[in-house]
Amino acid sequence: MTALRRVAPQLLTLLALILLVTVFFPEFLRIEVVNDRLVGPVMDILKRGAPVGLLAVGMTLVIATRGIDLSVGAVIAIAGAVAAWAITRDLGLAAALALAFAAGLAAGLWNGVLVAIVGIQPIVATLILMTSGRGIAQLVTEGRILTFSHDGLAFLGSGAVLGIPVPAVLWVATAIAVTLLLRRTALGMLIEAVGVNRNAAALAGVNATVLIIAVYSASGLCAALAGVVATADIRGADANNAGLWMELDAILAVVIGGNSLLGGRFSIAASLLGALIIQTIDTGILLAGFPSEYNLSIKAVIVLVILVLQSPNLVHHWYALRYFAMRRREAALDPRKEPGT
Amino acid sequence: MNPRLYPLAATIAIFLLAWGICVAQFPYMLSTRVVGNLLTDNAYLGIVAVGMTLVILSGGIDLSVGSVIAFSGVFIAVMLRDTEMHPLPVFLVLLAITTAFGAAMGWLIYALAMPPFIVTLAGMFLMRGVAYMLTIDSVPINHGFYAMLGKAYWLMPGKGRLTLIGVAMLAVVAVGMLVAHRTRFGAAVFALGGGEATARLMGVRLGATYVRIYAFSGFMAGLAGIVFSIYTRSGYPLATVGTELTAIAAVVIGGTLLTGGSGYVFGTLIGVLTMGLIQTYIVFDGTLSSWWTKIIIGLLLLAFILLQKGLVRFSGAGRPA
Repeated sequence: MTALRRVAPQLLTLLALILLVTVFFPEFLRIEVVNDRLVGPVMDILKRGAPVGLLAVGMTLVIATRGIDLSVGAVIAIAGAVAAWAITRDLGLAAALALAFAAGLAAGLWNGVLVAIVGIQPIVATLILMTSGRGIAQLVTEGRILTFSHDGLAFLGSGAVLGIPVPAVLWVATAIAVTLLLRRTALGMLIEAVGVNRNAAALAGVNATVLIIAVYSASGLCAALAGVVATADIRGADANNAGLWMELDAILAVVIGGNSLLGGRFSIAASLLGALIIQTIDTGILLAGFPSEYNLSIKAVIVLVILVLQSPNLVHHWYALRYFAMRRREAALDPRKEPGT
Repeated sequence: MNPRLYPLAATIAIFLLAWGICVAQFPYMLSTRVVGNLLTDNAYLGIVAVGMTLVILSGGIDLSVGSVIAFSGVFIAVMLRDTEMHPLPVFLVLLAITTAFGAAMGWLIYALAMPPFIVTLAGMFLMRGVAYMLTIDSVPINHGFYAMLGKAYWLMPGKGRLTLIGVAMLAVVAVGMLVAHRTRFGAAVFALGGGEATARLMGVRLGATYVRIYAFSGFMAGLAGIVFSIYTRSGYPLATVGTELTAIAAVVIGGTLLTGGSGYVFGTLIGVLTMGLIQTYIVFDGTLSSWWTKIIIGLLLLAFILLQKGLVRFSGAGRPA
């Protein structure tokens, strides 16, 4: 029940958005079965939301420790390039996945060490990999777009299990697995402790250094999975554009999910709803038939409205306004009383 | 020496050392031509980084500036194409718009207690979106006044060109130094960076300060947009994507702490010149492919931060006050 109350604002926002899109595009909620697959705008959102959803899982943990990971977009490009490289070298699907995950883990370890041991501020530490990561990805693809035809890898991007797109299955499964791991053990609480006050947590016996490195590694692994999915979807690795600016969407998803950028308590479910909200906005704008030049402006306005509605201060302002209005009315009725006293 | 000056001193020392290494390898890098180009090529970045420095000093961040620069270029180009207005009034209108935009973001940050990262991220989407709505093409600027501005330069000894926009950048840095270190507003910014609660207890008017900080950054972004449009003589909605991150990196290299409350505007100038120096070195070297360029820039950024951290720790300052 408490869990449901935590995600209630996000659920309401999502429902309101779905209603809004349905007004412009009545067929929005229709789902049909075509060639044993479920097809419809909702399935499309679940599938296209996969990369940002996967990133949001890792980003939630990083932000819970009061950090931020700007490099995930570049890691998507690296993991995608490595996977495509391995497939074109006929190393097989298992080796391709292993190499891609190893790349993601290495990127995460690098970020984690820079933040936890060297002590560089997270935004700058991950900015380094954000800048050079795309270069590394281009190094792997030698500046070209590596295309491949391998049914096994392509299945991860465009296949379906029981009619549901594989990317959607992957991100929901990842989210459930990570949530269970964190909430059935003390790990989640320890991460929150580090986010609230790293020194206090360390004094209380939490190994904050290892925990922070682990959190950035998890973010790297999530980004690697997102990279494999994105590459498998288009059957090619584009080092320049894969995952470009996706880190910003992932951070936005975490914040729309009501998580504080100052660390502490977190909810992965709420972040995923945030990712779904963003994808619904993106897809909804296209379905509603607005010219593509307007997409970014409409998205910005909707995001702003959501953030304003979620602001903790809005309730206070509302009560304060009502209070002052009442005082003024009382003062007007009773001329002996000075207004504002 | 004041321990607060250690990061700044470290930054300047490393910059001079890096320049020395460059000159040892390519003696021509000492010429006034290279110096002039360094100032001209990084003029817009330097201006926007001054605004960013104040924002970061207050403990905030402004991700919208890259989009604001692109919007400015597009706005100017479209206004000059579709109306008979002279560029100067167009500049005034533009600066009014970007300043008001920054002020609005500052007010949202204060009134709704939302993190600057998110508010300015939404602002970044909005400004880029408005630029798309104005045009999706690259619009050339063919006004005679622009040709004059672009050609305005002073020939330094050694045939180096000290251009108008390069001088504008240096002037903006001087103004930024005055505002940050010599005015009541600057003191309020530093106080805010030290902590919101303490700043309020010290008598800083939080709302007005927040609005002014982001208005200042918006104004600087608009000014950088004007300089960028003089530099490229066109407006393009996809221009300067990611400039906000370059500006943040320059501010950090310049020795300002991202947590706020400690730093110098002059350090930012050195940070911008360091970024420019790295680019110039890669151009002089000429053998690096575009992907190696990206990797090297990242590694140099890392080396710079590590060196600075090491120097400050070595000199015994510990955590800068």
